[in-house]
Amino acid sequence: MKRLSRLRRHRAAGPILLIFALFTIGTTFQVASAVNSETPEVADRSVAIEEGKQIFLKGCSSCHGLNAEGVEIAPSLIGVGAASVDFQVGTGRMPMADMSQQAMRKEPVYTPEEVYALAMYVASLAPGPEIPSDELLNYERDGSVAEGGELFRTNCAMCHNFAGQGGALTQGKYAPTVMGVTPKHIYEAMVTGPQSMPVFSDKTLTPEEKISIIKWAKSAEAEPQLGGAALGRVGPVTEGLLVWTLGIGLLIGVAVWLAMKAK
Amino acid sequence: MTARERVAGNVAGYVDDRTGAAKWMKKNLTKVFPDHWSFLLGEICLYSFIILLLSGTYLTFWFDPSMREVVYDGSYEPLQGLKMSAAYASTLDISFEVRGGLLMRQIHHWAALIFMVGIVVHLMRVYFTGAFRKPREFNWIIGVGLLTLGIVEGFLGYSLPDDLLSGTGIRIAEAIIQAIPVVGSYLSFFAFGGAFPGEAFIPRIYVVHVLLLPGIFLALITVHLMLVWYQKHTQFPGPGRTEKNVVGYPLMPVYMAKAGGFFFIVFGVTAFLGAVASINPVWLYGPYTPAQISAGSQPDWYMGWLDGLVRMAPPLETYFFGYTISWNILIPGLIIPGIMFTGLALYPFIESWATGDKREHHLLDRPRNAPNRTAIGAMALTFTLVSLINGGNDIIATTFDLTINQMMWFSRIGIIVLPPIAFVVTKRLCLSLQRADRDLVLHGRETGRLVRMPSGEFVEVHEPISAEKAWLLTSHEQLAPLELPEHDGAGVRRPGALKNKLRNRISRAAAVAVPKATETERKELEGHH
Amino acid sequence: MTNEIELIKDPGLPAHVHRRADTDPKAAARAERQVAILFGLSALGTLILIYSFVFIKDDVFIFIPVLGSTNLHQIGLGMGMAIALFCIGAGLIHWAKTLMPDEEVIAQRHEFRSEDEDRENFVATVKEGAAAAGLGRRPLIKRTLGAALGLSALTPVLLLRDLGPLPGNEQSKTSWKKGTRLVTDPGDRPIRPEDLEVGSVAQTLPELTPGKERHLDEIAKDAVLLIRLRPEEFNLDAERLSWTYEGIIAFSKICSHMGCAVALYEQQTKHLLCPCHQSTFDVTRAAKVIFGPAARPLPQLNITVDEEGYLVAGAPFNEPVGPSFWGRLS
Repeated sequence: MKRLSRLRRHRAAGPILLIFALFTIGTTFQVASAVNSETPEVADRSVAIEEGKQIFLKGCSSCHGLNAEGVEIAPSLIGVGAASVDFQVGTGRMPMADMSQQAMRKEPVYTPEEVYALAMYVASLAPGPEIPSDELLNYERDGSVAEGGELFRTNCAMCHNFAGQGGALTQGKYAPTVMGVTPKHIYEAMVTGPQSMPVFSDKTLTPEEKISIIKWAKSAEAEPQLGGAALGRVGPVTEGLLVWTLGIGLLIGVAVWLAMKAK
Repeated sequence: MTARERVAGNVAGYVDDRTGAAKWMKKNLTKVFPDHWSFLLGEICLYSFIILLLSGTYLTFWFDPSMREVVYDGSYEPLQGLKMSAAYASTLDISFEVRGGLLMRQIHHWAALIFMVGIVVHLMRVYFTGAFRKPREFNWIIGVGLLTLGIVEGFLGYSLPDDLLSGTGIRIAEAIIQAIPVVGSYLSFFAFGGAFPGEAFIPRIYVVHVLLLPGIFLALITVHLMLVWYQKHTQFPGPGRTEKNVVGYPLMPVYMAKAGGFFFIVFGVTAFLGAVASINPVWLYGPYTPAQISAGSQPDWYMGWLDGLVRMAPPLETYFFGYTISWNILIPGLIIPGIMFTGLALYPFIESWATGDKREHHLLDRPRNAPNRTAIGAMALTFTLVSLINGGNDIIATTFDLTINQMMWFSRIGIIVLPPIAFVVTKRLCLSLQRADRDLVLHGRETGRLVRMPSGEFVEVHEPISAEKAWLLTSHEQLAPLELPEHDGAGVRRPGALKNKLRNRISRAAAVAVPKATETERKELEGHH
Repeated sequence: MTNEIELIKDPGLPAHVHRRADTDPKAAARAERQVAILFGLSALGTLILIYSFVFIKDDVFIFIPVLGSTNLHQIGLGMGMAIALFCIGAGLIHWAKTLMPDEEVIAQRHEFRSEDEDRENFVATVKEGAAAAGLGRRPLIKRTLGAALGLSALTPVLLLRDLGPLPGNEQSKTSWKKGTRLVTDPGDRPIRPEDLEVGSVAQTLPELTPGKERHLDEIAKDAVLLIRLRPEEFNLDAERLSWTYEGIIAFSKICSHMGCAVALYEQQTKHLLCPCHQSTFDVTRAAKVIFGPAARPLPQLNITVDEEGYLVAGAPFNEPVGPSFWGRLS
């Protein structure tokens, strides 16, 4: 929420919102018409590919090229796989609103069905990481939270912080928070390595281990405040800030009262 | 005589028969303490030290200072089954198995932060009011010692749980030790009982943390307080207050009740923080292993400035005859802090050398009336603040949409440019405040009421200020600059002429002031009206 | 000069102003009641603490605005304690302020300097004592005493000697040898080059000899980061390029600055960032330092594959890993 409200004040907020609004209007129209002409469930893969291609040509090809081959401003999508599309578009990072910025998580522009169609289309160009199945992502049943924590601290915490709150990278880039991200998107991020994030191959970090990491992240997300306000879970900086404001402030306040003459 | 008074009398008699303390007690129970909120800052430190002793003792009942590897089987699920040190596991047990253990852990840590904040704020009060001047130089040095030891004690304390964050801190401390020329590697191997991290370090720092340093603290604090007691407290200037007296309340009962009450206030506020705000949530950090790290690994705030200095250091290493000197560690990690603390400790002597003022002072300065000192203080604070900000540059960068590179360059340039600016600005500010004081005394307070003169011109009515206020604004001394001879009678340069010249210049800078208003001037002005 | 200029005079201590409670018995009674209420609140705080300790289990969570879902046991104990202590303090101070005498008293200071006579006597006593001991007249005693004292200062230094072993070349050694397999951390699985996709990283450690435990002291020097790039992205000299394998490059994860784990790899820029002090290393140029306080690149580990196709070290590290020390290059 904090990030959201900060984004709202960002100078690019206006243009982004405008583009966003245009997209929303456009796509609702498209969805509405799609609902009228076809069955709403995209069951058939080849239909999805065709539909995805249409969406791609309208929404993505201006940057990624007509055949997703990539141009200077945007990388090729051939071989990135369905998982990558599902992550980038499903978390609202794509379409990107501002080229200079790191693609940020925002309200997705496309509906889940459209994201699926796009993913199927891109996957049809060349094989790549697939969208993990719900069966695989059953972190409530599989995985070990303790092992996940250890894996997270070894592989992820250096960027995403010990509690998955995110952190700074070089030149203004940042690792986003892992909190509030769906298990599917966490999984897809690990296998596809979006933007600055490296890829975590299935051999060096097995699917079971990835599920453990998700299990840990979900457990950290759900962890209530065991010791009072969490202060952002970013370590001693906020603790220091609190003691220099509330802590010493309260004490000096009482000291002033103490030394004041009673009326 | 009531029954209660009789009992009190009997007890007093019993004690005095055996100790002869009556005379001493009578004198000291009526001892006078001046009242000002800023005089309680030191008490914050004293009381949080007592809280630290109490809560720390409590924690030792369960804490196991050992780096022996154990498998965690406590109730915190996300860590169950992991290998960790007994120190870390027992810290988790204090947090989750001992009722009230987490609260006490948090109280202990918050009390430590308040202790350090208290010391710094108290030091600022003493510095900016000139309370360190003769005869209180010893107490100033003891205070600087307590500050230094406090930083060490705090660092050792948060290192004990052996979690990922504190282990990283120890790693960095080890790198600083190792960087010491010639003996660094030896010192490191002796401290850690071999290669880092070994199994000896936590038990060793435990003894230092719970026995050695608290013992030294206790001794230093006792001497600190005895000196305050014996030398009597300083007081702010004001009507009726002189260098020869103390105006305030007697210890018994007023000050005793106030000071005693304030102990409970400090304890209450610390408990409040311990209740509502999480601190050092070690269960989230995980156990230490050298192959892991968290984004935004920072030390506690009182070490943060040091970390900030280390971060901004230039990448400088020299090699000669096959030996390595890591300036990038030595300068920010040892040399600059060494200069800072030595300078701090010696400041009273430097100032008295510069101004030639060797007299006793019991009346405090208003900071504006010592512009040079105030400006030097502002300069030092700016330096520390820039370092501290850089110590949290990654958190600041992500919070305010900046880049760590920008933050780093801001700090690298700011640490050199901003302190002198702070000096100049503060000095000017002090002088204009002095000017404002002077105007207030001579022309009175602006009332905001406009009156039309017979000539048609509008004039604001000025109200004369009270005699008390006028005294407060003019009671300070204005020192004349030193005029040490550079030449002897025959016009030949004396030995030590250069030193005298330097002293003259410094003291001239220190003596810059707006002449304070005098009664003569006031009368002259009245004569004009 | 001073008699020409007249300074503003000290008007003296202002007259004492009585408080309401001093003159109005009602106000005094009110203040007394207020103090009593504060002490009563404190007792209530302790009751909250007792209740929380005995009756509230530590798995009960309630929602508190600002704090979020909070442990009731913990907050009950803490707030109870805070209220109990704070109110005692507030009551005492309020009592002192409103009901105890508030007339300021003046006490005189004494000069710390002793009388001249006393000072002279003191100096004389010291001199006499020194003379009586005959230190000046018996240089032999003085010198031997000095030497003995000086020498005895060696005792503590000597006794502390066994705090730890001498470093020897311990700091320069790691467990990596020619042919040591790289295994995942955690998991201890050997890695084949084809396991790593372009753009991927892996945290690795040297394979353990069977039956051996992994110690933190070893991890502190052995941790290695594997990164796979496209081979054409490297900008390395021939020797360093030969240390890579099909675009896979390995660096010590222990920062050359202060030993933190440098594992923050940015896939797009190919930069490694240390989260402790923000030294930035360029992976394509053998971890050359491009920003921050580190003075040296991260040591690169020569890697290749063994007969079974697993990644192994082609040679041990050719320089000590981790932070600098005096004898690093010797």
